[in-house]
Amino acid sequence: MACNSSGCESGGCYGREKDNGRKAVDVKETVTLCVKCKCNEPMTFGDGGSDDGRFCAECFRSNVYGKFRLAVTSHAMITPSDNVLVAFSGGSSSRVALQFVHELQVKALKNYEASRDRSLPVFGVGVAFVDESAAYPALYGGVSDAIAWVRSTVLSLSPPGKDLHVVPIESVFGSDSVEARDRLVKLLDSVSDETGKEDLLLHLKMLSLQKVASENGYNRLVVGSCTSRLASHVLTATVKGRGYSLSADIQHVDARWKVPIVLPLRDCVWQEITRLCHLDGLKTVELARHPQSGINDLVSSFVALLQEENPSRECTIVRTAAKLTPFYFNKIPETDDSCVPMATQRRLKKFNLKYDGSMTTEAFCPICNCPLNGSDSSEDESDALYAASCSSCRFQILPQDGSSLEQFGSLLPHHMISQVKHHQKVDSQTYLREKIKDCLLLDDEEAV
Amino acid sequence: MEKGEAKSKKPPRLCCICNERRPVLKRAKTLQQICRECFYEEEIHQAIVKNRLFKSGERVAIGASGGKDSTVLAYVLSELNRRHSYGLDLFLLSIDEGITGYRDDSLETVKRNELQYGLPLQILSYKDLYGWTMDDIVKMIGLKNNCTFCGVFRRQALDRGAALLKVDKLVTGHNADDIAETVLLNILRGDIARLSRCTSITTGEDGPIPRCKPFKYTYEKEIVMYAYFKKLDYFSTECIYSPNAYRGFAREFIKDLERLRPRAILDIIKSGEDFRIATTTKMPEQGTCERCGYISSQKWCKACVLLDGLNRGLPKMGIGRARGGGVNGGDHKKETTVKTLESKQCGSLDF
Repeated sequence: MACNSSGCESGGCYGREKDNGRKAVDVKETVTLCVKCKCNEPMTFGDGGSDDGRFCAECFRSNVYGKFRLAVTSHAMITPSDNVLVAFSGGSSSRVALQFVHELQVKALKNYEASRDRSLPVFGVGVAFVDESAAYPALYGGVSDAIAWVRSTVLSLSPPGKDLHVVPIESVFGSDSVEARDRLVKLLDSVSDETGKEDLLLHLKMLSLQKVASENGYNRLVVGSCTSRLASHVLTATVKGRGYSLSADIQHVDARWKVPIVLPLRDCVWQEITRLCHLDGLKTVELARHPQSGINDLVSSFVALLQEENPSRECTIVRTAAKLTPFYFNKIPETDDSCVPMATQRRLKKFNLKYDGSMTTEAFCPICNCPLNGSDSSEDESDALYAASCSSCRFQILPQDGSSLEQFGSLLPHHMISQVKHHQKVDSQTYLREKIKDCLLLDDEEAV
Repeated sequence: MEKGEAKSKKPPRLCCICNERRPVLKRAKTLQQICRECFYEEEIHQAIVKNRLFKSGERVAIGASGGKDSTVLAYVLSELNRRHSYGLDLFLLSIDEGITGYRDDSLETVKRNELQYGLPLQILSYKDLYGWTMDDIVKMIGLKNNCTFCGVFRRQALDRGAALLKVDKLVTGHNADDIAETVLLNILRGDIARLSRCTSITTGEDGPIPRCKPFKYTYEKEIVMYAYFKKLDYFSTECIYSPNAYRGFAREFIKDLERLRPRAILDIIKSGEDFRIATTTKMPEQGTCERCGYISSQKWCKACVLLDGLNRGLPKMGIGRARGGGVNGGDHKKETTVKTLESKQCGSLDF
């Protein structure tokens, strides 16, 4: 996983330049050249980070874009017939993701227009911005400005044109905005743990993205998480007792959702992303956040401290976690391939980039959708929601006493609760019948 | 039944285990009314029983440093051994790393423990085993990576001491905080193989001496409280060479974490146990060291590699990634170490 952007050993190129009969001009030893292309002057970002002053702007840019493109092709993230939704928060990571996806699309369009038979269609791109202002009403004064800025940014990224979907987070509860907003506030208020509240909001955010993606015909959701964000996630998952499901969250592809999530910037570090934004003049917007005093914040500060001590620590953390065994759903699922071009189909099969979508061997927590470890489940719990949830959600999100728990369940979005019904003890015969009904020749009534 | 009886009678005034103190809580599992001290002891007893740590008649060495963990361990084990009739033969095993102003003081504590708990004591020193004290080592290599030397040497020293005492098992006072720190450290340092092993309550079952950690689920805070209430005699200073240890980062973080969410320490251990690590990465291939015969996964055991480096004046040898070996053979004074090691056939661990 090449997340260290250093290229060749710096010793070689300077030596060669010097010895090329330029002995008379020894004073020129101080002129440095890009270590990669050896022609241009290196960029200095002056941000005190590593690798400053080694690469020229072009090489730096192509390094980062190269990592993005490699991730996309080697994991079949975006293929010609796909319709891709980019989750855009206005921050640097998602801005770079959006930019790179746009450039990929522009290239595809150019190829399409230049090709004679026009066999490979150009994938579609949409943008989604989640409006979280309903969760923290007191703080989100600037959200309408932010939305206007997002709109103009997306408009500037055409052709090809992209639809923008502004998704209020409360839309997971339904379309009546006043009622939905009210329900959201009630739900968040009933979570007493600070970290639990932050995490629940993240889960709802993902649900709202999934909703807008599937309702508008998208079949891929691009999330701009970079190495640095994943490093924090590795540690937060560890301290919350979520070691079993950790490997599911940090792969390039996460297909346990209806619309699979892809992480094309997974191998890029935060420093590269901010430098790129600076280099290319990519504007970002930072919305006022609710002051975070929970575990997530503590871990971010810890990682920042470790980075000061050793700038490659984030990469090491993610590399360690990458050695954990991923799940079967960490690949693009096999679906109806009728609209996928033959060349793509062949390539996907050759590199074993898909998995058989009918293989659902894991149970999932209805709240955070993490795969459940067998030892976590407790069959004899009286409350179905409690029994179906993972131990981390039970502790930090679900209320502790019975009556509050019932009320909490009624406030959750429908999608989460419907997951719980699946967990309830179903008649095993019925369950088995469901699985094999394709092969049964007799009707229900005539069944043996 | 018990509950009903308890309600109709007056509440018992004494802890039903020690019959000395007033009960402060009721065990959820058994509804017994017990006092605070017995509560901790019973927790340890449950951990021992549930994980089948000991068998009756075993000879068990307690790694004793004189610090709070090992002192409490010695006290609790001998108490439980008596109370629940484990039938164990307990010994104290102490290692003298040769750190003036620290180890020599803590050893005095252990010697007192020997008398207080009536457990026979064996002391082994780095000077005798390796020809180097930690003071000498730090003088040579400075204050970075010194913990690596000490840790590697101590492990081997404990095994040799255990062999000397002819014990079947070694117990150490590693507590929940220690194990949580180790899990985090292994993540930070990329050691996936260690990550899969570090949460086991018993390790080294296929090695010379199995070791277990009965305090795996006990918080450091609880151990301190216990030692305080029981007025146990222990040495409470930090090792003078430890301030720069990388573990310090993890420790600070865990202290902050505990303040926010106390159960996070156990959650870290749970995560460590649950990590999906392929079984193929778990155990390295086991062989023996060519130089001294100790268990090793490489040609030479780590202790020999480090020792060789020290003796040749190359303190960086064995630290960090393996570089292409090729340091010139030259003349190096290996005699002292060779003499110390070869004369003791540690392969068979017979003295």
